[in-house]
Amino acid sequence: MEHLLEIKNLHVIYRGDEATVHAVNGLDFTLDRGATLGLVGETGAGKTTTALSVMRLLPDRIGTIEEGQILLDGIDITKASEGDMRVLRGSLVSMIFQDPMTSLNPTIRVGEQVGEVLELHRKDLSKEEIEKKVDEIFQLVGLPAERKMDYPHQFSGGMRQRIVIAIALACEPKLLLADEPTTALDVTIQAQVLDLMQELKEKLNTSTILITHDLGIVAETCDQVAIMYAGEIIEIGLAEDIFEAEDHHPYTVGLFGSIPDLSKKERRLHPIDGMMPDPSDLPSGCKFHTRCPRAAEQCSLQAQPLYQRGTHGIRCRLYADWEKQQ
Amino acid sequence: MFKYIGKRILMMIPVVLGISFIIFTILALTPGDPAQMILGENASLEAIEELREEMGLNENFLFRYVKYIGGAVTFHFGDSYRTGLPVVEEILTRLPNTLALAFFGIGLSVVIGVPIGIISAVKQYSVFDTVSLGLALIMTSIPAFWLGLMLLLLFALKLGWFPAIGITDWTGFILPSVTLAIGSMATMIRMTRSTMLEVIREDYIRTARAKGAGEGRIIRRHELRNALLPIITIIGINFGLQMGGAMICETVFSIPGMGSLMITSVRQKDVPMVMASVLFVAVAISLINLLIDILYAFIDPRIKSQYVKASR
Repeated sequence: MEHLLEIKNLHVIYRGDEATVHAVNGLDFTLDRGATLGLVGETGAGKTTTALSVMRLLPDRIGTIEEGQILLDGIDITKASEGDMRVLRGSLVSMIFQDPMTSLNPTIRVGEQVGEVLELHRKDLSKEEIEKKVDEIFQLVGLPAERKMDYPHQFSGGMRQRIVIAIALACEPKLLLADEPTTALDVTIQAQVLDLMQELKEKLNTSTILITHDLGIVAETCDQVAIMYAGEIIEIGLAEDIFEAEDHHPYTVGLFGSIPDLSKKERRLHPIDGMMPDPSDLPSGCKFHTRCPRAAEQCSLQAQPLYQRGTHGIRCRLYADWEKQQ
Repeated sequence: MFKYIGKRILMMIPVVLGISFIIFTILALTPGDPAQMILGENASLEAIEELREEMGLNENFLFRYVKYIGGAVTFHFGDSYRTGLPVVEEILTRLPNTLALAFFGIGLSVVIGVPIGIISAVKQYSVFDTVSLGLALIMTSIPAFWLGLMLLLLFALKLGWFPAIGITDWTGFILPSVTLAIGSMATMIRMTRSTMLEVIREDYIRTARAKGAGEGRIIRRHELRNALLPIITIIGINFGLQMGGAMICETVFSIPGMGSLMITSVRQKDVPMVMASVLFVAVAISLINLLIDILYAFIDPRIKSQYVKASR
């Protein structure tokens, strides 16, 4: 088995009182062992939903996987029982959540919160061994071990994120889902946390899905990049394909265009016109056609498959001469 | 922490003084002459005047208040106008009854209400949830005196399981405690349910799930402790209510408690008795609230660190 994670035709919906939200609509990608995939897109593109689906932590009764398969290390997550999932969560796959300020339990000592993962998954360890392991993990993420007796409110945001990372990595999972791990942190701490994750990844050979909307971070850390829009991957490829190749989805072009270029003497930003479509009422055809500067008549009529050239795939009619997928 | 507790106990002094002053003023301003009450309708004016002088009622209001407080500090609360006996004696026989009633009543409502609230929240919108919310609605709507009477009719008169009157042993406490518990149980269920629902949606609960923790462990270790603060607050408020408001229950079940004592004493203008009763109840409520504030600190480390900072 070469791939650690394989997602096939994933559809996720959220059932609300009034409308059904189509958060993820036919997602396909694979992730190799030890590789890092950057999942990029605007807020509401379905990035977090994808990660929560892999964890099977979609909100109860509201979020459901409608269709598709998630194969993690050969196990079909969509069909696993809740009991099986409990065994997988924290040990095979773990997640770093967006906001370190709210992700830790305020009434439990941080050392215990890290130790809990070990307690749940490493039944072979004694209490003393768990304590020792917690000390090691604290050292690994750059926290003094004696601070494990403190409570979350006694730590700064960056240190809390280190604790969250420590929880996620305690059982050395094969897959780490990092949901905007640095968004809530200031820039200097961001760099520290990213370096830390990179370092740990190399040490533990963990595959990572890095969810972010910061293209700079992706360029620095990811081997592969997938760009999401309205619950679909509209462009995917190796980091070189996305950052160096000439051919791009018009949305990707817009995304890059919205980054200010300091070498040019321009005062204004270039945001993409319009808004992300309402996920409970998605447009027909290509979901980007309402905002696309290069939209043609056929775009609103026909949804496009992913066109592939080598490692690079784009979901746009402009690249119809590439190899068709599916 | 100890410094904080000491500080809080000191802060009770102005509170109790304030309460005593207000009650003393109200009693002094209400019409009706204690001397006349003691001697009866047909007493002569001279006799009344003489008794007023003897009781010190003709002296300045503030002077009387200071004198009263001076006595109270040394635990001399005076003699009852009604019986002539020291009021402390009467209160000390009645206060334990009221305290026991409040503890049993609240204890019962916590032991039953909190688990129901937790299950309701965890299984939100389930049949259990709907039924328990319906029950809570019924429980708040039932007037205490009616419920007390019905319980008396069924369990004391018809079935004869419990004594109908008075509290000769612990069985006498059961029916009144249930009556009190039913009223506060409704608040307990709703409060527990709503705070649990809030906690369930917190990010750190998702973190716990992501660790692979099971439902039972999440409730016990992660949710309950965080939901406890509002529940404890409710317990404190209820305790205050029951200390003064158990009167109906005491009347229905003929229990010699503080509520009925205060009502009779107020009617008869038994000033020393009213003053002392109110002061004892005030101190009891203050102590319970202090206890609850200390519990806060043990439950939530964030609050504890505030105390430690404040007492430095």
